[in-house]
Amino acid sequence: MANFFPRWSNWLPLKLAVAGFLIVCGLTAGTWYYVTPKYTKVGYEPIQPVPFPHDVHVNQLGMDCRYCHSFVETAAHSNVPNTQTCMACHQQVQKDNPKLEPVRASWKTGQPVEWVWIHRLPDYVFYNHAAHVNRGISCAVCHGQVNHMPAMYDAKPMSMAWCLECHRHPENFLRPEDQITNMDWKPEDVNPAAFVAKYGEPKGVKEDWSKKKHLTQQEIGQTLKERWNIHPSETCQVCHR
Amino acid sequence: MLRGFLLIFTLAAIAIVAMAGFRGQHSPRPPWELMPDMVRQPKVRAQAPLGFFADGRGPRLPIDGTEPVGYDIPKPQQNAPPEISPSGAPPGEESAHAPLGFSVGTDYYNTGKMGANWGTGIPVAVTAQLMARGQQRFIINCSVCHGLTAAGNGMAKQFGLATVISLQDERIRKMADGEIFNTITHGKNTMMSYGGNVPVADRWAIITYIRALQRSQNASVNDVPPDQRAKLDQPEPAKK
Repeated sequence: MANFFPRWSNWLPLKLAVAGFLIVCGLTAGTWYYVTPKYTKVGYEPIQPVPFPHDVHVNQLGMDCRYCHSFVETAAHSNVPNTQTCMACHQQVQKDNPKLEPVRASWKTGQPVEWVWIHRLPDYVFYNHAAHVNRGISCAVCHGQVNHMPAMYDAKPMSMAWCLECHRHPENFLRPEDQITNMDWKPEDVNPAAFVAKYGEPKGVKEDWSKKKHLTQQEIGQTLKERWNIHPSETCQVCHR
Repeated sequence: MLRGFLLIFTLAAIAIVAMAGFRGQHSPRPPWELMPDMVRQPKVRAQAPLGFFADGRGPRLPIDGTEPVGYDIPKPQQNAPPEISPSGAPPGEESAHAPLGFSVGTDYYNTGKMGANWGTGIPVAVTAQLMARGQQRFIINCSVCHGLTAAGNGMAKQFGLATVISLQDERIRKMADGEIFNTITHGKNTMMSYGGNVPVADRWAIITYIRALQRSQNASVNDVPPDQRAKLDQPEPAKK
């Protein structure tokens, strides 16, 4: 009887195993890398009706976030400014700039400028801006350094795991309440003596932090967390109600 | 055969990376949502469009002939540490007035008018907190045009806003508080109204701060406490 299987088929099971292994690894790696908000959401930079440059308004003009987003401290929703807020300056400044035509049209007709919503959470998530910015969470924590963005884009994944990172360890993100809209704030900017005089030190710390040269983010965060009694919940109904 | 597979596998991987790119790359493509059913619900969200109405707006404008009744601006939290009550009405103010954010009331607090004339005086208790709040709100809302010392030299002026007045003018220093309140609320000449951006309580805080700024820029030797006056003539100590 002749050989039923040809000679090359001896290696076939091994080759199939290698190929199968590579395909599984490839699919896993691809899914891990691509099927996550870190890929799907981060970097979303839609074409807006007006190419509003945050960098010019914040860095060059020194405007505070709250000039336009005026109710971020009192409302759950951080408002996009109405057309009048734009026109307060742009009736005179850059008044013939063609890029501002949608704003002028809105001013004439009363129809809103149709800005594209970038930082859009799922409709079953109830995020409250006021609760966060009044308790030491800066705009920059979630929106990135907006003052360096010529065009607004999504800088953070805004996934649930990402939210929980901060809800589990808020001390890694808290900062003094008067630095919330300071997009370039760094822990090194804090004067330890003034900080300790104002906020005290967490319980159980023996060392005198006011003598230190710099405070770390953890030290600042831990102090503020205790002083402001911050205990972010991790239960579902806090955000999904 | 395995060599062929490896070639195809590598080429496919390169093709996928070439097409899909890397994390964090900027793209105008809307984020891909795997299961959008519950993620996008047919409900109204703040400032969001809604197909239900003919004009496509979710939030509705007040109907002609109706008046908004106002709503509560959240008050500072009781027993909160002193540094964190940035929202809402200044402390001590709530009891005297209903906490209407954008009021339609007719009294001096809400209109700046006493009878037919502009009234003057701050209708809330002037405290250090009110002053601090006024400073913060002045810097946010006013300093862009009027400048940090209210001298009319704000940043916007350098960019072509021609008609910014100095709040240090004799005219403004003598202006009734109520008229300044009205100017903030409704605007004047080229200044647009800030009534929609600045709640009533904050308007009074801002006026309080403007008065302090005016005093600071028009101070005389009589404003210096007597025991400090001798120091005025001394040369400034050398800075280290």
